[in-house]
Amino acid sequence: MSEVVLKQVKKRFGPIETIHGVDLNIRDGEFCVFVGPSGCGKSTLLRLIAGLEDISDGELSIGDEVVNDKAPKDRGVAMVFQSYALYPHMTVYENMAFGLDLAKRTKDEQRERVMAAARVLQLEELLDRKPKELSGGQRQRVAIGRAIVRKPKVFLFDEPLSNLDAGLRVQMRIELTKLHEKLKSTMIYVTHDQVEAMTMADKIVVLRAGSVEQVGTPLELYHHPQNQFVAGFIGSPKMNFVPAVVIEVSQQTVTVKLDSGKEVTLPVDGSGLDAGDRVTVGIRPEHCSLADQDTALLSGTVEVVEHLGEAGLVYVQAGGDELFVARVTGDTAIVTGSSIGIHARVEDCYLFDQNGQARRRLDVDNEPLRAQLATG
Amino acid sequence: MNRNVKSLMMKAGFYLLVAAIVIFAVFPFYYAILTAFETGSALFDVNYLPESFSFSNYLSVFEGQPFGRNIFNSIFVSVMVVALSLLMGVTASYALARVKFAGRGLLLVTILSVSMFPQVAVLSGMFELIRAVGLYNSMFGLAISYMMLTLPFTVWILTAFMRELPRELEEAAVMDGASPWTVITRVFLPVMWPAMVTTGLLAFIMAWNEFLFALTFTLTNEQRTVPVAIALISGASQFEMPWGNIMAASVIVTVPLIVLVLIFQRRIVSGLTAGAVKG
Repeated sequence: MSEVVLKQVKKRFGPIETIHGVDLNIRDGEFCVFVGPSGCGKSTLLRLIAGLEDISDGELSIGDEVVNDKAPKDRGVAMVFQSYALYPHMTVYENMAFGLDLAKRTKDEQRERVMAAARVLQLEELLDRKPKELSGGQRQRVAIGRAIVRKPKVFLFDEPLSNLDAGLRVQMRIELTKLHEKLKSTMIYVTHDQVEAMTMADKIVVLRAGSVEQVGTPLELYHHPQNQFVAGFIGSPKMNFVPAVVIEVSQQTVTVKLDSGKEVTLPVDGSGLDAGDRVTVGIRPEHCSLADQDTALLSGTVEVVEHLGEAGLVYVQAGGDELFVARVTGDTAIVTGSSIGIHARVEDCYLFDQNGQARRRLDVDNEPLRAQLATG
Repeated sequence: MNRNVKSLMMKAGFYLLVAAIVIFAVFPFYYAILTAFETGSALFDVNYLPESFSFSNYLSVFEGQPFGRNIFNSIFVSVMVVALSLLMGVTASYALARVKFAGRGLLLVTILSVSMFPQVAVLSGMFELIRAVGLYNSMFGLAISYMMLTLPFTVWILTAFMRELPRELEEAAVMDGASPWTVITRVFLPVMWPAMVTTGLLAFIMAWNEFLFALTFTLTNEQRTVPVAIALISGASQFEMPWGNIMAASVIVTVPLIVLVLIFQRRIVSGLTAGAVKG
């Protein structure tokens, strides 16, 4: 068993605390992604698990063992770095065998393990090359191979794809997912790219300023973000936030008045809210549709239109500080300067209270998620 | 003026300047080679082309004093200085570049400031030290005193180079189970060859040419290194300066340096510029 459990883990650099008591439970075989904006502490957290940084306070266990005071090599973890960090003077084979050699494994065992890893990663042809003779994707595979040969209980990835170009990144993403299916090891993956997080993760941990904001499956985070930060971070383009005032509260609904003057009734948990409270309505760009200006939730002037091909993004000045983004069909005829109305179904809207905490949404029509919530 | 003429003149001027610099740099050594092949009163005739070709000076250098032994001494001391400097330089630079500890910056500055003292200033103190530990008139005493001259720049160059090595490289090795010593010997050293060759060669040249310590800390002919031996070559009488022998000796001891530099020159260049630009 190789679950990773963090209990109130803290990290201080001198007097400055950068990780503020993280509790986390990563199950055996899980693909867990740490995601957050730069400086949120996700890499530090990974380095604490790796043993490259000392834990200031709290407890970290891998398997059933507390490993706070163990050296990295004794923790049963292997790490893949952003810059690959291959040994430049060694061939691919030597790079992969280095750890085994240090662990005093026999030459036969080294060869056997390196060959097995090379087969999995299609590196057999490249074993005699030096890192400088490899492409970025190949280097990344060698770095992964170096981790695999050590048969670690836990794989740690520190933004491994961010040095690759866009096409290769998508390809490596799929390869990593397949690798996880094949090895069934616990993997912890750090990225700032929420698309990588959404596509690969079994479990996403959203971090901000050294604290965990929310832990959940990709769909949980998408449909039930706990607060405005997570809501804005998960999803691309990011969620629009529209200020509003509570008009009426019932058990199953909250009626709010948007700054545009429009009143809507949202199917969210209203407990604790009172009429007159300031709130924020969240609307994802992909849930927007075009509507007549008199029936629309919002209306405004189009400032920018971006054509992505399969869709178009329309940036509307709708009275707020930021432009409102709506995702429309790819062949949209909307032009800059025109006035449009935007509508969204009430069950697609999110509601956040004054402190940015989300109100529980009661009517999410997403079958896979419901099934997931029912079983899990 | 015509553009072609102008560019031609610019070119001519450029090559004239190059020629002047080359002559200034090479002529003294060239003249030493010429003189070394001459004997008798021909030594004192000024000539710029080879006129005679005699090896007698080269032979008599080895007859008048234990010059073979002196050359061996120089090689022994220089090699020992290079080996010690690199060993201590690499390990010190690992600590200075990679390990965080209080007073690191101060220590670096102190090491550098050692090289600011003129040799004469430390000469008498060093003499006492060398004698106290019983290394007077010994090549080990010389090698150890040379550390004072080579270590500051060795440590500085290697520290600067080591700082440029990506941190992740070291961390990858740590994850693979490497101890600091393994990191240095199996990961950093192979990557640092250019810097090691550069600093090693500089240390070698410094030790090979050093005069003041070598003169002061040795007593007998058998323990002298080449620069001192050459300076002390004496003629048949007090009034005779054996220029032929001196020149021949100088040529003999300069050639190994030139050969070394030619062998390693590519490495030196890449070592001196390494880290200046990323890549």
